Amino acid sequence: MKFLEYKAKGIFARYGIPVPRGVVASRPEEIRDPPLRAMVKAQVLIGGRGKAGGIRPADGIAEIRDVAGRILGMDIHGYTVRTVYVEERLDIEREMYLSFTIDRSARDTLLIASSMGGVEIEAVPHEQLFMEHVPALVGLHPYVLRALTRALGLEGHLAEKVADIARRSYDLYRAEDAELVEINPLVITKDHRVVAGDAKLVVDDNAEYRHLEYAKLDQDRTPLEEEAHAKGITFVQLDGDIGVIANGAGLTMATLDILNLKGGKGGTFLDLGGTDDPDRVAQAFEILIKAKPSVILLNIFGGITKADTVAQGVKRALDGMHATVPVVARIKGVNEDRAREILKGVGMHSADTIEEAAELAVQVRRGGV
Amino acid sequence: MSRTAVLLTRKTRLLVQGITGHQGTFHTRAMLDYGTKVVAGVRAGKGGTKVEGVSVYDTVREAVATKRANASIVFVPAPFANDAILEAIEGGVGLVVVITERIPFHDALEFVPYARSKGCTIIGPNCPGIISPGQSKAGIMPSHIFSAGDVGVVSRSGTLTYEIVNEMTRAGFGQSTCIGIGGDPIIGTNTVEALALFQKDRATKRIVVVGEIGGTAEEEAAEFIKKHVTKPVVAYVAGRTAPAGKRMGHAGAIIQGTRGTAESKVKAFADAGVPVAEYPRDAAALLGST
Repeated sequence: MKFLEYKAKGIFARYGIPVPRGVVASRPEEIRDPPLRAMVKAQVLIGGRGKAGGIRPADGIAEIRDVAGRILGMDIHGYTVRTVYVEERLDIEREMYLSFTIDRSARDTLLIASSMGGVEIEAVPHEQLFMEHVPALVGLHPYVLRALTRALGLEGHLAEKVADIARRSYDLYRAEDAELVEINPLVITKDHRVVAGDAKLVVDDNAEYRHLEYAKLDQDRTPLEEEAHAKGITFVQLDGDIGVIANGAGLTMATLDILNLKGGKGGTFLDLGGTDDPDRVAQAFEILIKAKPSVILLNIFGGITKADTVAQGVKRALDGMHATVPVVARIKGVNEDRAREILKGVGMHSADTIEEAAELAVQVRRGGV
Repeated sequence: MSRTAVLLTRKTRLLVQGITGHQGTFHTRAMLDYGTKVVAGVRAGKGGTKVEGVSVYDTVREAVATKRANASIVFVPAPFANDAILEAIEGGVGLVVVITERIPFHDALEFVPYARSKGCTIIGPNCPGIISPGQSKAGIMPSHIFSAGDVGVVSRSGTLTYEIVNEMTRAGFGQSTCIGIGGDPIIGTNTVEALALFQKDRATKRIVVVGEIGGTAEEEAAEFIKKHVTKPVVAYVAGRTAPAGKRMGHAGAIIQGTRGTAESKVKAFADAGVPVAEYPRDAAALLGST
């Protein structure tokens, strides 16, 4: 789960991390009582807003509304700006970087900090990075925070403030099941406050059940992906036009790859998972049909999965939606012969291997079958 | 005849956590049918009952004390899985296979290092389990596609592995052990560790690595193979056509910026002299040329 900046800052504030004062709006005239020396910031779930012109200074209510009006509706890397955040403009003395993130290789949490903030962290030279693992079973202790503030060249009150923000960020990271808590830049103002200039938060989708308040968050999903998510179906919309559905994430990916090698392009990634419940299969197929594919390529390798009940679900969805989209199916599993019969009954093409099925799907798409 | 294998042999005494659930019961039967020594089940509140003829206990400790279980397989739903896994580690088993999917990774950040500190091996979470064909199965994979042989298989995915193994079996390449390490970002046994086990195992002569996009497990595996693996290795990588930034089903399968791409993984394998199959079924053919 990703968070827009203003939502992330709301959560950061709850953990006592200082953030600038701001107001949020989806139309210029909604902006009331903003900070009068302001930054107007596009709220989109993608980086590179600044360079794209989505973050601009403005002074006074008239100019703020004018700038907001120009940012709203902008397209930033394919994302339409629907919300702006009008925030107190900071007098910046120094910009630093601070984050907690998952380190898959080390199977641990990684604290990264740098005295070079406000730029992409990937661009910062390695020797300018302070990196320390924080084992969950050990926690974040003062000795790490002392090393951190020393690496950033901080002393006295500033060191204390930064250490406090790091501790609170880690508490947030753990308690909110975050994959990433990032403050870039972490700003020291001219009047010696330490403030989170930006806030990035990504929360583990698998932890949604512990954070039901986030379930309704606007995510980086298409309306159809949203519908699938609500039904617990793993579904991603892609660029191509052939609807791919398989069981298991790895097999679905491989099916897309094979389709590509055979000259086709997948328009969907739909992982049916381990189910052979016809109702679930029908639900998944309904989503797939709504994506308006030119052909559907079904690939089931079910050692245990009952192929015939999968086929029943497919038939039910096609009949129920009066869909005429051609389907190419490759089904292996218990009762696969019965499955083929059912599918043949609704005019489906069947194949023995994924390679054959992919070739057939490409032919059908070209009208060759 | 006594044959070696990795982590799981015919001597392994397995307990099933979550044995009374639909999946737990179904796969207990399937594992028993395969010849796995399923010696006990655990489900709090159901102690004293039986499932598929297997005695159920309230706690792991009782199951270990009474039935000398030395491995566990976990079917407990995600919200309760952390508790079950920690109980298994504390209970003293040496192997915990976690089938459960959608466990928050912050839980894995706790139970994975805790298991290591106790000398316990975790496989998974979100995995099909482990099978040493002809000996034992602690998992949910379809038994009939496997055959005993000398190829070690390590994979991040389930059904894709079945596809590849099925082809291997048909082509006459039996397996020593297949480890489904799981599709999550934080896993108990990673590709490198599985490779190290296969390199040491006398029953394993060749190795198949099934990888996918996301993370750097394959790059690290390639590096490890270059330095430490003398047995022939072939690979397959899923997700060559996956777009950046989209999570492809598995929580771990996401390309972030330039990290985790299939190209990078294929190149790393090529640099390590590991042939990479273009189609999953080609893995078997590549084994023939090793």
